[in-house]
Amino acid sequence: MSYFNTLAFGVYPYVAMIILLVGSWMRYDREQYSWKASSSQLLEKKQLRMGSILFHVGVLGIFFGHFFGLLTPVELWHVLGVTAPMKQMVAMGAGGLFGLICFAGLTILIKRRLGNPRIRATSKKMDIVILFLLYAQLLLGLFSILISAGHLDGAEMMALMMWAQNIMTLDLAEAVQHIAHVHWIYKAHVVLGMTLFVVFPFSRLVHMFSAPVQYVTRQHQIVRKRFAR
Amino acid sequence: MKVRAQIGMVLNLDKCIGCHTCSITCKNVWTSREGVEYAWFNNVETKPGIGFPKEWENQKKWNGGWKRDANGKLQLKIGGKLRVLANIFANPDLPEIDDYYEPFDFDYQYLHNAPDKKHQPVARPRSLITGQRMEKIEWGPNWEEILGTEFEKRKADKNFDDVVQKDIYGQFEKTFMMYLPRLCEHCLNPACVAACPSGAIYKREEDGIVLIDQEKCRGWRMCVSACPYKKIYYNWKSGKSEKCIFCFPRIEAGQPTVCSETCVGRIRYLGVLLYDADKIADAANTANEKDLYQAQLDLFLDPNDPKVIEAARKEGISDNWLKAAQRSPVYMMAMDWKVALPLHPEYRTLPMVWYVPPLSPIQTAVESGHVGMNGEIPDLKSLRIPLRYLANLLTAGDEKPVITALERMIAMRAFKRSQQVDGVEDIDVLKQVGLTAVQVEEMYRYMALANYEDRFVIPTSHKAYAENAYDLKSECGFSFGNGCSNGNNNVNLFGTSTQGVRQVIPVVSED
Repeated sequence: MSYFNTLAFGVYPYVAMIILLVGSWMRYDREQYSWKASSSQLLEKKQLRMGSILFHVGVLGIFFGHFFGLLTPVELWHVLGVTAPMKQMVAMGAGGLFGLICFAGLTILIKRRLGNPRIRATSKKMDIVILFLLYAQLLLGLFSILISAGHLDGAEMMALMMWAQNIMTLDLAEAVQHIAHVHWIYKAHVVLGMTLFVVFPFSRLVHMFSAPVQYVTRQHQIVRKRFAR
Repeated sequence: MKVRAQIGMVLNLDKCIGCHTCSITCKNVWTSREGVEYAWFNNVETKPGIGFPKEWENQKKWNGGWKRDANGKLQLKIGGKLRVLANIFANPDLPEIDDYYEPFDFDYQYLHNAPDKKHQPVARPRSLITGQRMEKIEWGPNWEEILGTEFEKRKADKNFDDVVQKDIYGQFEKTFMMYLPRLCEHCLNPACVAACPSGAIYKREEDGIVLIDQEKCRGWRMCVSACPYKKIYYNWKSGKSEKCIFCFPRIEAGQPTVCSETCVGRIRYLGVLLYDADKIADAANTANEKDLYQAQLDLFLDPNDPKVIEAARKEGISDNWLKAAQRSPVYMMAMDWKVALPLHPEYRTLPMVWYVPPLSPIQTAVESGHVGMNGEIPDLKSLRIPLRYLANLLTAGDEKPVITALERMIAMRAFKRSQQVDGVEDIDVLKQVGLTAVQVEEMYRYMALANYEDRFVIPTSHKAYAENAYDLKSECGFSFGNGCSNGNNNVNLFGTSTQGVRQVIPVVSED
């Protein structure tokens, strides 16, 4: 079991992150024509509006929740006076809320992608694969809230936080130790999460890197010069 | 003064015969690919009609173009920057494919391989999106051709706003029609550029052509809504937006665009316009919509003015461009004779494809005494196409410039007729419209004879100076993808599914 833990929670995260970064870099550099959000709104609008907005609001909430929840150093929480049980309650509440919003959106999107003949016919395999991967990951996440409700002391959450932070600081052995004894549902959630990192550069998910925040400060008109004078 | 040059276009609607040669040649060259079957960089609409896509002129529905907000600030009609970003997950102002039409093809092969049957075989339509049979085609690229569909639907045409008694134009005796060929306007104040969250759309400094960088486009689709002319099309296959490229490889080589080159009616003109780029923002923000036409005229600079020439040289505009600007048919029609007018200036994008309004049947009625005369010229109020309609189309509702243009064209005809038929120089008719005999002869040469060299005055761009040919050796050529690969080979991890595969379902013959 400890071999498996080392492989899945010690080695796999790095493999996944390297594939994510190098793969995205290669794709951006070599095949930028394929770098896009891949919207199908032109072919179907009504369901997409419902589904896409719900999905994105939910998934953004979940993303930032995970990002700050897992990677903020414990010391900072102490300074802020946030105890582990408090933090777990917030995580369960916010995660549950955004998770349910995301779930509603994703359900609509999957139904649309498989049910609408125009969308079905123009779907790439990866479009469908990615939807189901996200769906499975979301369901694991939502079910893990039920498990968490069984122990509100925040210990398992702390273990997961320490795992994530130790991975980031390259303390591999410690990281594996922290995560070794958590409930299997969290482990499955982490492994699937890493798998999402792996497929990221090969799917439409890359559009996340291109979130056009610079638009806010940009001037309206763009003129390109031919001659460098 | 910051002088910039642009290749502008004028279309003489008075001579358009609605043959669609421009659309077809354009389609064959640029949009005969999967994903853009429905897209027409150039299309010809029969007016009055709701057009393509449906009701594109109704900005209450589509929110295209710019608006002046309460504080007098110019803003995109789809909203400010934050609102654009807030709508990025699902764009509320995006047309659906059915607003254009579901692209289709026919099972032609069945005509060849149908078995012996009692009835003649028929090539039935099939969707180019799903590959499935289409039992009924509901709408097409040119559904309203020559007043197709009932008037009840066509009268939703926005240009009918404020036209008195528009319902009478549904009557057979009162009906009217005209053709409106449309392409990207390559605006001076393009709304698509301003709306693009990725900054992928840009205007070229050297010739004003507006292009979408296909590598940088991320498919956020805001340009499609922002363009009031609905001339940006989302390619559902590539996930990128595409638009008319003004045939820039041809323009650079001094050749006219494909639509202009192949126009059998010789209605299209291409020429250089010099304009003052510093004044664009103010011109687009003119308070009164009806003044936008004049504001745009004021942007254009006289290519014979020594001060302008000097300033242009300072900006690096080469002599052959200045020479071309001095011979520009577009400048003559827009500025000298004032017969060309912008399309929907009220969108505030400052469009650069202009139109000569069409005359409509009147002359025979005048001769048989049904129509009043206004001096030498028939009263334009009795034109078959209501003036108000043309004004809504071309001058934000101001009828005066339309009257000037039409009267000058009628005067040209009257003058040439009396000159060639009666052998009399009828100067009176010219005086009435403020033209000289020399000017009218020029107008006649350009608008009636319309020789190739006069219609297209396009300077070549100096590519040779800009690029070092040695550095370009063994580079990838011009293609989709990164130039060397199209992103679509079979082992490619990142690519899309193969282009150009048409799903063909076998036709079952029933005996």
